[in-house]
Order: sequence, then structure tokens, then C-alpha cells
Amino acid sequence: MSLARAIETGDLAELPSRRDEDWRWSDFRGLVRSIPAHSPVDHDVSGAAGPFDELTTSRIDFINGHEARIDIPANAEETWAVTFRSTARAGSHINRLNASIGPGGSLVLLEAYVGERPDYVCATDIEITMGEGSRLERIVVADDGEEAVSISSARIDLSPGAQLEQTVVTSGARRQRLGTRVRHPGGGAKVRLDGLYLIAGRRHGDLTTVVVHEGPEGQTDQVTKGVAIDQGRGVFQGRIEVRPGADRTDARMQHRALVLSDRAEVDAKPELEIYADDVACSHGNSVGALDEEALFYAAQRGIPEDVARAMLTKAFLGEVIERIRHEGERNAVRKFVDALTEKLA
Amino acid sequence: MLSIENLHVRVAEAEILKGLTLELPTGEVHAVMGPNGAGKSTLAYALAGRPGYEVTAGSARLDGTDLISLSPDERAAKGVFLSFQYPVAIPGVPALTFLRTALNAQRKARGEAELSAPEFLKAIRARAGELKMEFEMLRRGLNVDFSGGEKKRMEILQMMMLSPRLAILDETDSGLDIDALRIVADGVNAMRAADRSMLVITHYQRLLDHIRPDQVHVLAGGRIVRTGGPELAHELEKAGYDQYASAA
Repeated sequence: MSLARAIETGDLAELPSRRDEDWRWSDFRGLVRSIPAHSPVDHDVSGAAGPFDELTTSRIDFINGHEARIDIPANAEETWAVTFRSTARAGSHINRLNASIGPGGSLVLLEAYVGERPDYVCATDIEITMGEGSRLERIVVADDGEEAVSISSARIDLSPGAQLEQTVVTSGARRQRLGTRVRHPGGGAKVRLDGLYLIAGRRHGDLTTVVVHEGPEGQTDQVTKGVAIDQGRGVFQGRIEVRPGADRTDARMQHRALVLSDRAEVDAKPELEIYADDVACSHGNSVGALDEEALFYAAQRGIPEDVARAMLTKAFLGEVIERIRHEGERNAVRKFVDALTEKLA
Repeated sequence: MLSIENLHVRVAEAEILKGLTLELPTGEVHAVMGPNGAGKSTLAYALAGRPGYEVTAGSARLDGTDLISLSPDERAAKGVFLSFQYPVAIPGVPALTFLRTALNAQRKARGEAELSAPEFLKAIRARAGELKMEFEMLRRGLNVDFSGGEKKRMEILQMMMLSPRLAILDETDSGLDIDALRIVADGVNAMRAADRSMLVITHYQRLLDHIRPDQVHVLAGGRIVRTGGPELAHELEKAGYDQYASAA
């Protein structure tokens, strides 16, 4: 069952449905009445700007679906910008990206989802395997069309000693999920798995992660923050599984969200499933409004309410941005988030 | 300057101010003293426009402008500054960013040009120095992990930078040791000016040893029940507020 299968076969029964617990809050079968025709192939990317243009010249542009591979040799260090562009109106398409990082290698993967038309159906499947002691910094910014239906599913397999750092930022779509599934072998491997969502209008954005700790002495550190306003709906589902034998796992998950209007909604399900001994696991979850005391304090100093709200919202989201290791990536993400925050106010 | 007439204020269904009248002329510093629960902080919040502090009757005018009909940020742009008894911490917003945003928002509201970053930094560096504040502190989240004394200094720093027409100091001495009290008082005294008025709200007389008021008002039971010169503060310190208990 997947959106990609539904696009391939045209069979609506392949769409993820709320009857499946994992899709309870993000129902695609109830929304999509028919699979639109495959989007036309379009290879003209001349002049198309992306959010990461200043950070690398190595780039791959997927236009209305494509397949590509990135292989980083052992001990090599590369930065790739991958843009998934949807330029078709009412079309459907599939992106497939495979990547491997050799032992000791390093990849900075900068993914952008760009909807140049409001409506399309897009499935993206990503598989990344990481060799021993390799590093992956994955930054994802999703700027899909407001009527778009989009699911991105990433599977990342770590080897011992590997280090994954991920930050996903989204503004949602008509319905959208950005999912990440991490196989964590332990053995000193480390995962930082962060997310931000800013959902306005009638959009729906879903960040779902699954981390499976299979071996001892692995670390996972996860912070997701979100904002929903208007009739927007944000979803966070985070699951950390600590399998038998994954002893001395250290896993922390935190989700915090702001609901900024009466009709906005946030649904969150942080889950820890622990079947090992001597583990340090924790999770926290809070959903609330902006601090009224802080709003009055700012107003007393002369800051108008809309400016104060944007300032406090940016500050709330900033913690996640600060966790991005490299300054260039951090600035690119901050720019994207600031632009979205201005629109919320 | 500030003219409060027959002010009635309700907070969560309870009437706290019950016909308060007070006249604060331009260039003067007046103290408002009173027992706990008399309505001192309510007066401060009502003047600043805090949501939930409902004015049910009476008026408060600053230079002839009715304050009650203005939003809190509009009052600030007119020159109302409230030094909070409990300043709010705002994680993720550096004090520098907060204060520059506030200053430029006020200037914009008054139709003045915004201050450039270098101009602002130069000014705030000098003021922070006068208050013996570490400049690095201003790069951290506003009031986050600040001590009680640091928060009060930050309030005075903001007052200096915003240069208000009316400064209301709500229990500015609470939580201060004697050295911090002197620094804060020096900062307040430096702000005394012919075109600025101050309302110093305090429970104890000790702050008034450092900030000498032109007049002292006793607030009890939601009204000003007595007004006198600075010597009234000393009298209250000796006799306590018991004699005013019946005023409520």
C-alpha cells in the first residue's frame, strides 16, 4: 500500500487509508477520488532557482518524476542539492532517489520539494544506505502547492559508527506526509532527527518518523516543533523502537506545537517501544498557544500584536534551526522558515 | 501630564479600583504606597492596558489623550512605560532584538525615522555600561536565566532606551539587594527630567530613600486616601498601614 503503487496501477485501493493506524490522521484514500494522468515529462530547468543554490553546484532536478542515484565513495565528502519539482497541473508522478555513502564518507543532502502548480499528486521514495563511520546531513524543505497531494518516504539504513543529522521543514499541502524510517544498528551510531511544520490556510502537513534501534549503544535525539493556524492541521507521529538486545540505547524525543487559531489542529503521537535493558529513553509532548504574558509585555514596550506574534513564533521555531550543524544550511533553513512565518502573521 | 479621575477597574469579576483620582504634573515624581492587595499593581496594569483589567468607569488621560481607549502598544508609543514587578522571560528573542524592535515600532508609530543598527548599538552599549550590565547578557534570550536584580536592571535599561513620557515603576525594589537597589535608583534618578513624570509604586519606604518623590499618595481599598510630601513615606514606615484598613 503506497501512493507510488496507486500512481503506477491507478488502483485507489493502494492509497493509504485512515483504517491503517499509521495513517489515522492523514487519510489519502478518503481524499483522492481518482488518480490523475501521469504528468508530462518536462526537462527544462533553465533558470529555476532553488533554496540551496548558494551551497553547492552539484544538483539534480527531478521534474514531474524521475529516478536518480548518488554514490559517495569511501572517505569522500560531497554536497548535493536535489530538487523535486512539480510543474504539471493535475498530473501524477513518482520520484525515486537512491543514495549510498561508503565507509567514512560524508554526504550533505539538500532536498527541496517545489510545487510550481497548486495541484498534482506526487510520490517520492528515497533509500539511503550509510557505511561504517559515514555521515549524512539531510536537510529537507517542502514547499508544495496548496492543492497538492504528496507523500515522501525515506528509508535510511545506518551502519555502526554512522552519524545521521536530519532537519525537515514543511508548509504542508492539501494533504502531505514527509516520512522517515531509520534503521539504527547501535554500535555508536548517532541520529539527530528534527522537524518543523508551519501549516496555514487549509493545508495539512504530517511529519512521521520511525527509528528502530537494533543493536546496543545507539543514540537518537529528536526535536520536532510545529505551528498550525487558520484551518491548518499539523500531524506528528514519532516512534522509537528499542529491540531486544539494543541495550544502553539513549533515545530522546520531544514534540512541541503552537495552535494559533480556533480552527487549527495539531495531532501528535510520540511512542517509545522498549524491549531492551538499561536504556535511557524519554519523550515529551506539548501543544498550546503563544504566551499571553509575553505578548502583553511586548505590547507594553510598543510592539504591535502581529509583530509580537511573528517574533515569538520565530523564537519558538528557532531552537530547531539552531541545531543544524553548518551555518550555510542553517541560514538557508532560517530564510525559508522566516518567509513562512511572515505569511502566518 | 497624567490625570486619573474616579477610575474603577474590575479584574475577574472583582472591583479592585473604586474611584481612584490622582494628578501627576509634568516633571514630577510621585510615589504610590499602600498595603498588599490595595490595588497598586492593578493601577499599573490598568494604565498600561493589560487584557483582563477592565475599566468600568472614570478616565485616565496622558497629555489630554484618553489612554483607556488605546491598545497597549499605542499607549507605549504615546510614552507610557511600565517597569514590571515580574518581568517576563522570552526564550529565543535576544534582549537586543527585542528592544530594537520595540524602539523602532514606537518611532514608526510616532512617524519618526527608525534607528539604524550601529546607532542603536552605540546607544545601548553606553546605557548598559551605566547600569553595570554585561553587554553579552543582551545577546541572550530576554530575561532568560536572569537573576531578580538583572531583570530589574533590564527594565531600567529598556526605560532609558525608550525614553518614555510617563514611567510607572511597579515594585522595582522587590528582589534587589542594596547594591543593585542603588544602581537601579541611580538609573531612575538619571531619567528625571522636566518633560517626564514618574509614578513609583512601592510597599516599602526604602526605595524612596534613593528616589525622592515630590509627593506620596496612599492607596488603600482601591482609592487614594491620603496625599502628602516625602515625609509621609517615613510616617508610613513607622506607623504601618493599619490606620488605613478602614478605608476599604
